[in-house]
Amino acid sequence: MGKRVGIENSIAAADAVRMANVDLVAAYPITPQTHIVEHLAELVADGELDAEFVPVESEHSAMSVCCGSSAMGARTFTCTSSQGLALMNEIVFIAASLRLPIVMILANRSLSGPLSIWNDHTDVMSVRDCGWIQVFADNGQELFDHVLFAYRVAEDPKVSLPVMINIDGFIVTHVIEAVEYWEEEQVRKYLPEFKPVNRLHPDKPITMGAFGMPGIFSEAKKSQDQALLDSKPHIVKAWDEMAKVVGRGYSSVETYKMEGAETAFLTMGSFSETASIAIDRLREQGKPVGQIKLRLWRPFPFDEIREAVKGVKSLIVIDRAISYGGPGGPVSSEIRSALYGEKNMPSVAGFLCGFAGRDVTADDFVKMHGKTEDLVKAAKPVRQEDYIFYGVRE
Amino acid sequence: MESLNVYASRLVTKREYFARGHRACQGCAEALAVRLVAKTLGSNVVVASATGCMEIISSPYPFTNWNVPWIHVAFENAAAVATGAESAMKALVRKGKLPDKGTVFLGMGGDGGTSDIGLQALSGAFERGHRFIYVCYDNEAYMNTGVQRSSATPFGASTTTSPAGRAKAGQVTWKKNMPEIAVAHAIPYVATACSSYPFDLMRKVEKAARADGPAYIHILSVCPTGWGLPSEKAIWIGRLAVETGVFPLYEVEKGRYKITVETPELRPVEEYLKPQGRFRHLTAELIEQIQKRVNQEHDKLLAKAAIV
Ligand SMILES: Cc1ncc(C[n+]2csc(CCOP(=O)(O)OP(=O)(O)O)c2C)c(N)n1
Ligand code: SF4
Ligand SMILES: [Mg+2]
Repeated sequence: MGKRVGIENSIAAADAVRMANVDLVAAYPITPQTHIVEHLAELVADGELDAEFVPVESEHSAMSVCCGSSAMGARTFTCTSSQGLALMNEIVFIAASLRLPIVMILANRSLSGPLSIWNDHTDVMSVRDCGWIQVFADNGQELFDHVLFAYRVAEDPKVSLPVMINIDGFIVTHVIEAVEYWEEEQVRKYLPEFKPVNRLHPDKPITMGAFGMPGIFSEAKKSQDQALLDSKPHIVKAWDEMAKVVGRGYSSVETYKMEGAETAFLTMGSFSETASIAIDRLREQGKPVGQIKLRLWRPFPFDEIREAVKGVKSLIVIDRAISYGGPGGPVSSEIRSALYGEKNMPSVAGFLCGFAGRDVTADDFVKMHGKTEDLVKAAKPVRQEDYIFYGVRE
Repeated sequence: MESLNVYASRLVTKREYFARGHRACQGCAEALAVRLVAKTLGSNVVVASATGCMEIISSPYPFTNWNVPWIHVAFENAAAVATGAESAMKALVRKGKLPDKGTVFLGMGGDGGTSDIGLQALSGAFERGHRFIYVCYDNEAYMNTGVQRSSATPFGASTTTSPAGRAKAGQVTWKKNMPEIAVAHAIPYVATACSSYPFDLMRKVEKAARADGPAYIHILSVCPTGWGLPSEKAIWIGRLAVETGVFPLYEVEKGRYKITVETPELRPVEEYLKPQGRFRHLTAELIEQIQKRVNQEHDKLLAKAAIV
């Protein structure tokens, strides 16, 4: 078993990147991603990580440098938040279409404006359709584990896609937790050397990023979509393997106290832990409440979600991003469409909360549960446009 | 030099790394410049191209004109992609994952991709000091999207977004001096070139490849389609650009300026402007204004070249 250390989660994440022995890091500072990148710069400066640290002049260039690097067959890392992701947006999409196995930690932060450095999921939801594998880690340990997981999956020749690890800014990045570091031996066992499917090299000239005439464009897109869908078994296998190597496994959809649950919270990221405290309390009151955690956002785990909600009458979906003028939040919207037409589909109540660092406590989850009970009692159908902006001063 | 060229051409390899069959317009001197650069660098190179005419004409999937490793990611980031590749190679060689073959890294883009939207990425790459060459193929407008003006479009030129009209005489700003911006980064090698002077161009590419740090080559690339010229006049007009002093050929090695194609007596700019459709509307007054500016800029350059 690896050593357990009390450490800031960002430092632990950077150490995981070091243990992955990356060849190149390109990043531009933005709160709350900074500690991860600063620590990587230190590791390189101290000779503890043998990598090129490219201090680019923008996030757009960060992702562009990553593309050049990954295309050369180098293990490549970057990290950003919010405006940084927005600025690199163009290249984020292209990285996926080029099938480059870049790994990025996204320290989730609100998208401007108004400007805010605090946490929510408006940044990641803006790139929902970028073609990356997108996972959520809830705490420092999960973040550490998922760095190694991400490289294993991304570089799997049957996958060859970039992976984005979402982690709540400040709430997770800036706190000190107990993190169990992997042993070098465990890393060696779990994460093979990167053997690129294709690489830019004079010995075997290839053309990457050719342009697509209408005659082939749809085919290119279909194969990209298929690649993302097909990555699913490899993702699951990588989690299962991790369980064997370090004794911690994960799943696309994880549940808590779902035995006999008639109502369930559906959460993503660090809110999951807070919600579980509320669930303990509600269970003590005899309420049949459970929790479904969505860890894998892309490729979307349809079957697992359908399985998880079996027997649930009322689903409370927490969204931390807004689809302005639309169905409220992207998560509730996707959950609804995933369940649409299922037998005994639960009613879905969409709650928008926790924007830009606004605290959502266990009490709040209990209150959201109460509101949902009222809605159900009113016996009116809960429509998707009836989402509730929770905890906002009127 | 001219007589030397008769022999020099025999010394140039017949191998093409930017192969024929591409989709450029007839007489495209930008494609010629690309071919000359590729020929000079040979096979041991990795190329990162910006979006633009040269990318579009050479890579319609499943075809490619590139016999060397080549990547296109987007419009404004060729310098970042090229330096990402260069840095990656450095790490892979150092870590013993790839042998050191002395591969050259080339970033390339049009004048728009270089002096406008890609300027920041290029400046960053220069400042970081990567060992790479960046070539700007300057055809003085956004040709790929239909001849819109760029900051490299010369004063007086009519483009689709700086059209000559009754109230305005086309582009009303002076051409951004991109080579000087490169020089300001104190990089080891900067040069201007033109595909009408192939041996001068190739010699500069060779030098750039040997530079111990970033190298920048700004190539005036005549675009018959956008300039309003018959295709067979492309080489001729490129020579006139140099002979009139509109586009002097020089290099700056470690800060030292040297004119590489001497033009003891400048021909009047009118000779260069008149044949081109994009300048058709220019009045004698405006031509005079351009002449003055060309003389001024040329004098400045000569003064710099005189400092040893
Ligand atoms: C971000 C972005 N903005 C705009 C475009 C559209 N665009 C593609 S090529 C091009 C012009 C290219 O001009 P230049 O760099 O001078 O190259 P040329 O085609 O003239 O060789 C433009 C505007 C784009 N592809 N990406
Ligand atoms: S538009 Fe101009 S630069 Fe583009 S291919 Fe045609 S001639 Fe060449
Ligand atoms: Mg151009």
